[in-house]
Amino acid sequence: MSDVMIEARDLSKLYGPVHALKDVSFEVRRGEVLGFLGPNGAGKTTTMKILTCFIAPSTGTAKVNGADIFEDPMAVRSAIGYLPESTPLYTEMLVLEYLEFVAKMRGYKGEDARKRIKKAVEQTSLGDVIAKEIRALSKGFRQRVGLAQALVHEPPVLILDEPMSGLDPNQASEIRDLIKQIGSERTVILSTHDLGEVQVTCDRVLIIAKGRLVADDTPEELRERAGKASYFVTLDGKGADAKKAREILGGIGGVSSIKQRDAEAKGELLFTIVPKDASDLRRDIFQTIVKNDLVMLGLERKSEGLDKVFRDLTTGDTAASAAATKTKRDQKIDEAREKKKARDEAKRKDDERAAEESSSDEDASDEKGEA
Amino acid sequence: MHNVLTIAGRQFRSYFNGPIAYLVIGTVLLVLGFLFWETFFLFGKATLREMFRYASLINYFALPALTMGLIAEEKRTGTIELLITMPVTEGQVILGKYLGVLGLYAVMLLLTLPYAFSVSSLGNLDWGPVFSGYFGLLLQGGALLGIGLMMSSFTDNQLVAFFATLGVSIFFFLVDKFLPFMPSGVTNFFEAISFDSHFESLRRGVVAVRDVLYFVSVATITLMVAFRSLESRRWS
Repeated sequence: MSDVMIEARDLSKLYGPVHALKDVSFEVRRGEVLGFLGPNGAGKTTTMKILTCFIAPSTGTAKVNGADIFEDPMAVRSAIGYLPESTPLYTEMLVLEYLEFVAKMRGYKGEDARKRIKKAVEQTSLGDVIAKEIRALSKGFRQRVGLAQALVHEPPVLILDEPMSGLDPNQASEIRDLIKQIGSERTVILSTHDLGEVQVTCDRVLIIAKGRLVADDTPEELRERAGKASYFVTLDGKGADAKKAREILGGIGGVSSIKQRDAEAKGELLFTIVPKDASDLRRDIFQTIVKNDLVMLGLERKSEGLDKVFRDLTTGDTAASAAATKTKRDQKIDEAREKKKARDEAKRKDDERAAEESSSDEDASDEKGEA
Repeated sequence: MHNVLTIAGRQFRSYFNGPIAYLVIGTVLLVLGFLFWETFFLFGKATLREMFRYASLINYFALPALTMGLIAEEKRTGTIELLITMPVTEGQVILGKYLGVLGLYAVMLLLTLPYAFSVSSLGNLDWGPVFSGYFGLLLQGGALLGIGLMMSSFTDNQLVAFFATLGVSIFFFLVDKFLPFMPSGVTNFFEAISFDSHFESLRRGVVAVRDVLYFVSVATITLMVAFRSLESRRWS
């Protein structure tokens, strides 16, 4: 068996004239946790639905665990554990009842089914609510039930559509740990629009915008794209000269530029240091300051992070393309307006002509009268 | 096949997890009992013919309530996505759903048996027509459930599914009621597609192949349409 668990080739999906997905290709290897990142409506869910054989792509194809989504959808479905967006479950069922149903559907019976359910319940810590109706569960627990049903058949591939949305930070971190733990043995694709999420959980990130793949990198590579980190230094203003402090800081190797912000705010000196490369300068900065008998009140290293990359990649020319792709309805309205204009114009001309004619008639009768 | 039965079993049990099964079956038994027993003693005959007629009428209103949610509700809540992405085919889903609701309907029919036993204790009941009558109800109901499942697969709104099913079923009920006013060319056709004309002979104790075939065909065709409709989401 090859190491490539998911292989998507030139996936496109058309909804009417709209490209929900355009020529998306990627590969996911065994043991990888892949983050699918993009704004709402970018095509994340569409891609996942294609991989799980819920919808078919308009063109292109994909293989999951070696099985083609067109040729052998049953094998694809068997290889995948899927958690759709917003975790749809049969809410009138008990948790255990539901998991038993899922195990049965996956073809497990008796002792085997019981063992698998037990394992999934342990992995997702559902033990306390197993005899409860799903509708009575909180969002976090429902999410776990959703994960448990995706784990019952121990699939080599997990596809999770926004597994973290709507959870409070504690719940989210629990689910995150769970996904990490699962991801160590399996291939996981998860979609999100939360950047922090990706940085913490994923080995690789695909960024998708307007149906196109715009980036395929590790979180670190993406951050490098975003630019280097900056350092924010706060010095005690008492007995320190701003100009001199600036010179001292400028003397540190690897510093590219220094900016002073809000000079002497509350008796403090605030500097922003931009380094030449990505290496960590905090030690050098600290030691230099101490050596020069300055008092440091604060030192912070901040990178612009994925936020900026995300914005740059996904919003690039949204406005322009939005203007270019007028909807059909807009076009119709425009056409109707044009027509009305033309009609009004024609009517006006008719009226004028009629007025002219009537006036010339009057002239004629006048002439007659005179005659 | 085991997938079909698993889906059918879940569907069947889900009716009893909520109030729907109890409400529908309770109401049907109440209304049927009232209509049947109210006139039973006027006729003074030990026969269930009238009960079968009333039951077939009640079916037009009661069965859409059982089928309206079958697919529509799963579409609305999104559970259809989890169901279909398991290793099952669309055909298995449709068949499972159909068997699930058919099972509930069969339970409903069984619960009317006490009426039959009561009648048999009051007089000399001929069980032949009773069996054919129940068989007829099963066929007529089965066809209605097929229509209901089909309508449920077209929409994600249960109310739409309910009234669409009611409308179509009532059409097949009414279609032979105005034959004298119809042009002579179409009367035969309208009679051939009428639910009532096919049910009538079963009610009287005659099991004819054409009647059985008619109801089975309606169920088969509607299930096939439902299958297509469910499958079409892949390409939309």
